Formats: sequence, structure tokens, C-alpha cells
Amino acid sequence: MSSRERILRRVRDALGEARGTGVDVPRGYRRRLTAAEAATRADVVAMFTERVAARRATVRHAGADDLATSVAAALWARAARRIAAPADLPFGWLSELDGVHAVADTGLTDLETLQGLDGVVTGCAVAIAQTGTIVLDGGRAQGRRLLSLVPDYHLCVVHADQIVGTVPEAVARLRPERPLTWISGPPVAGGPEARRAEGGQGPRSLEVLIVED
Amino acid sequence: MTGGSSAGGRDSSAGPVPLPMPKFAAAARTALADTGLRRDLRADAAALRRRREAAAGELGDWQELREAGRAIRDETLLNLDAYLERLEKSVTEAGGAVHWAADAAEAARLVTGLVRATGQGEVVTAAVPAAREIGLHDALAEAGVTVHPTDLAELVARLGGGRRPAARPAPPAFHRDRARLRELLARLPDAPPDLPDDPAALAAAARDHLRRRLLSARVAVCGADFMVADTGTLVLLESEGNGRAAVTVPDTLICVAGIDAVVPTWSDLEVLLQLLPRSATGDRMSPAVSTWTGVTPGDGPRELHLVLLDNGRTAVLADEAGRAALRCVRCSACAHVCPVYERTGDEPYGPRGGGPIGAVVTPLVEGVESAAHASLPYASTLCGACADVCPVKIDIPGLLVHLRGAVVESRRRRPVPTPELVMMRSAAWTMGEQGRYEAALRSGARWARLLSRGGRIRRLPGLLGKWTEARDLPAPPAGGFRGWWRARPRSGGAR
Repeated sequence: MSSRERILRRVRDALGEARGTGVDVPRGYRRRLTAAEAATRADVVAMFTERVAARRATVRHAGADDLATSVAAALWARAARRIAAPADLPFGWLSELDGVHAVADTGLTDLETLQGLDGVVTGCAVAIAQTGTIVLDGGRAQGRRLLSLVPDYHLCVVHADQIVGTVPEAVARLRPERPLTWISGPPVAGGPEARRAEGGQGPRSLEVLIVED
Repeated sequence: MTGGSSAGGRDSSAGPVPLPMPKFAAAARTALADTGLRRDLRADAAALRRRREAAAGELGDWQELREAGRAIRDETLLNLDAYLERLEKSVTEAGGAVHWAADAAEAARLVTGLVRATGQGEVVTAAVPAAREIGLHDALAEAGVTVHPTDLAELVARLGGGRRPAARPAPPAFHRDRARLRELLARLPDAPPDLPDDPAALAAAARDHLRRRLLSARVAVCGADFMVADTGTLVLLESEGNGRAAVTVPDTLICVAGIDAVVPTWSDLEVLLQLLPRSATGDRMSPAVSTWTGVTPGDGPRELHLVLLDNGRTAVLADEAGRAALRCVRCSACAHVCPVYERTGDEPYGPRGGGPIGAVVTPLVEGVESAAHASLPYASTLCGACADVCPVKIDIPGLLVHLRGAVVESRRRRPVPTPELVMMRSAAWTMGEQGRYEAALRSGARWARLLSRGGRIRRLPGLLGKWTEARDLPAPPAGGFRGWWRARPRSGGAR
């Protein structure tokens, strides 16, 4: 008998009579933020801002018309010379760059090139206010996972309408067949609190640019 | 197998792991004598308790989430065979390969075979909680594969010279232990020669080393916190981001997870992704959460293997009461509120993990025949704090009592009765009749008063001495309640 058969048989024997019993899941938990937490869209954005910042990430705000200027300013402040960008990053986002070379990822960019870059600019799929999380799904303006993993600085552009209140709202919006990366601040290493240190893998600097359309 | 002590016999896993395991109290002595370890454990547990409390308390619907979490896990367990088959189907359809490992040895053999099939001589591991359970590192090393663990705590533990990684090595304390950490990290082949001893530089040196390992990895072994049966999605939550790199960089990804990590649907994650991070580290969300479904062309590994591990989990499932222990999502919240764990850490509980849930799961899997496994349900004060914090509402104290019952039951028919059983039998005989009981009380009190000094008894004779090893016994009064009751003046009419 194969191990597969053995394990499945053990499971069936173990459950005996109880096997196949359905359990109703009481879903009385909240799917949305309460009115007290966020009465308006602006409150949701404010909560996201506050909670991303609490995760040692920098947050800036921009309007749709000064997005390109804000991206350029953020990169200028980092003294970034060469950055990675997904091949389908909206052209307008990088139109104001001055003295920064953007390497568009065609899927062929090798690891060595990526390691030599000063940062990466991406969009995101969804952002969660309650947890201060951005989620990348490899979709538009996000590129493959390697792109947002290797460079040490990640500038993520979040449109206000991409920000949802809660985890259930985000799970409902996301597509499980895509590879997802949920980022809640830069990685941390070591134990809790006093023993925590910056370290771990992934960009050590995370900057979120919220665009209010 | 465990030296001499037969392990229940329900699970025939003759894996390479089982060490001759001492009884909990004996195993705990090393940890108890290590003041540095105790200080770290205490500080970490206190910090994690505070963080968990804040993170759970902040949500207005925490109790509703726990109730949903409990039900989702119960639904999974009672239909485990169906969900495992569904998972296998969806993972395969998404381009992954599913392997089944009945025991630890088979899991280690499978992973080793998969690594060797790639032709690579090196492998990185990231966030594999089952590594120690299945003896993964030793098995790979024996097959001539070089293993690079990438969890920071494990890296430091290894540099410290431990051949076998400790149960769950405590994360390094960058701020306190910098001199020792500097010495250890300077041993890395790629450490800067003039490594300073400030915490940031030390963390950076460790990070850079691990980063080089991870970015050059062709094969990685990782774990999974959840596996979604409907979609075949694997889910990994972590703080360090090593797993994020491990599921992204290599060509081949081998994921090892217990059969109990399956959950029915994608939308069940809306509950578990709230319960787990808040319970485990007190984070609103873990710094890095990766989910992946099979393989994605042009993004990440080209080959995905999922190794489903039983290794005794079905034995837990077979215990009608004990099966609730498999709801566990491995957050460790029960450990961080446990007054016993806070003093001993993981090690004395054995390779399946520590804390109250470890004290439940290990005897459920291994049986209670051996003295070591039988000692685990007693490694608790039954204070109940673990049940209060458990995000999936496992009644851990109830299960510990259930297992204590199993221990007593299993010894009832031994040819030589245990001292406890002899004592209980004689107590039953004594208390069975009023005259016997009162006579015993009188002579007991007389003897006790002879033994006492200054109103306290410091040591009881014989086996009873075990009780006074850790505490004094107050001397009983000269006349007991019964004597006083009989001698009291009867005042006829008074109410």
C-alpha cells in the first residue's frame, strides 16, 4: 500500500463515525471597519497611513497630478541612481525622474543586475488599513516577486481606491491563483521588542506613496 | 527508537529523530540552571504576552474570530481525508507535485531524494517547523547535501557549535549579547574582518550572509502555515522574510507541512490571517506573508513539491477528545502565558515542540507508556491561561487532565503497582469506613507533630518526602475538627 493510501486510511479509521460531520462556521466577525473606526473614505486612508507608519515605513501623500514629481522627489531623497521598474509600470510615474536610470524588468534581468540597483518602484494590488499591509500580486505595475525582493529600497505607489479596511475585504479582492506577497513594514529579525533588530530579507526601507485621485 | 522506552506503539515511525528522552522534570534541570536563558525566556514571554493582548484587544470581534477559527479547524479535521484529496488535486492541477510521508523517516527520505534529483549539492531551509521533527538536517547531511538554515536564530545556534539545532533556538539578543554575537558572527566566512559589536552592524552582517545564501540558492525547503484545499494555495507567515526569498529565488521549492495544516477554502484565510499573527507575535499582520499556488511561469520556482507529513498526527486524530489539539495553528501563545514554559523553554518537552500544546500533542502521538512521555501532562499547573489565549479555543487544561487519566489508567494493570496507586488504594481503604479514617487521622496527626519543628514539617519520610522536596508542610493542630465537634458543649435550645 502506498503511503498516500496508508495515511488516508489512517485518517478514516481515526475519525470513525465522526467522519464527514459538517461544522457550521459562525461568521459573526466583522468584514468591514465599524463607523466608529472609519466613517468615511478619508478615515480609511488615515488609518492606513497611521498603521503603515507604525511599521517603520515612510508614508507620503500625492495627488494624481503630482505623482510623478513625488516619485522623483522620493528617489532623489534616497540619492538613488539606478532603480528597477516592472515592464508595465505606467510611463507617467517615472516621467519626472532626473538623473535616475530606470531599468525596466523584461523578465531577463539577472540577479546580479538587480543586486546592483538602488531601489524598485511598484504599484500594488490591495492595501489593508487595519493592518497597515500592502499586497503585491504580480499584476499590473508590480512585476515578478524577485523584483520587489532584491533591491534594498521599495517605493510602493498605492492608489486610495486600492485601500480596503479589513483583512476579509482584502481576501475577497485577491485572487489565490496569483503569487501574493503581503508586506507589513520591513522585515524584522530577532526576538520581540528589545531583542528585535532590523534584518531579515526583503527591502529594509519601505516607502509608501498614497495617491488620492 | 527511544532508548529502551517503548513509545506507545501506535505509530511505527522508526525515524532518526527520537532521542532518549528524560522525564520532563529531569530534562528541565539544565534550563532551570541557566540563568541567562531564564532571563531571556521571561523577558520574551512577557513582551509577547503584552503584544498579544494589545493586538487581540484592539479588535472588537476577537471572540467571534476565535469561534470562527475553532469551527474552521474542526470542519477541516472531521473531513480531513476529503480535504487532503482535494488539496492534492488542486496542487497538482496548479503544476505542483504532492508526496505523502507516513512517518518522519519517510519524509526525510522523500526530501533528500527530491534534493538529489535536482543534482544540487546544497539546499537552503527557511521556516521549516517540521525540520527537527523529521530529522531533516541530519538526513540531508548524511546524503552528502550541504544544508544552509536561514533562520537567524538557527544560524547563531549553529555558529555556537550546536551540531543538532535546539528545539526552537531562542532568537539572538542583539542588544544584550553583542560581545558573544560578535564572536560568533565573525566566524562566518564572509564576515567583515573588523566587525564592530554594535547591534545594527551585527544584524546587518547576519543578514548579508543569509542574503548571499538565499540569492544563490537553487533548491529550497520551506514550511507552510496553511494549505488551502480548494485552490491548492500554500501560505507562509514570517517576520524575517527568509521564506519570502526561499519561495521566490530557487528553481526548485520543496514544501514540508503536516497534514493538519490544510484549511478548506481561500476565504477561511480571512479568519486565520487575523488570528495567527496577532496571537503569535502580537503583529496586526506578520511582516511578510507569502501565498503561492503551484508554479507561476516567469515568477518564482519552476518546480514545486509538497510533502504531506503524518508522523503520528492521525494518532492524535484517533483520540476523540485529543483530536481538538490538531486545531492548533502553531502560534505559541499558550507557551508564552505558561508559568512552566516561561521557566523551562522548549527543550524539555521533546522534538515535537514545547509549551502546553506540546505537552498535549507529544503524549497523544507517542502514547504514555514511557516515563518521559507520561511526565508531560504533569508539566503544568492547570492554571488555564493557555485555554484563554488559544486562538482556536483548544481546551488545553482539559486535555492535560484527560491525559493524566490515561497515564493512571495505563499503569493500573502493571504487575508492580506504582507507589501512587498503592497510596491511593490504601487511602481508598482507609476512607471507606469512619472508624478506620478517624484512627488514621489521630495517629497521622501524632506522627506529624513528632516530625515538626517550629510548627513546620520540612521533610516527610520515605516516598512522601517527594512532596516536601519543594515545600514545607504545616504541622496539624493537636485536636482536629472531629475532636472539637464531639467535645463542644451541647446548648439545647440555642439556634
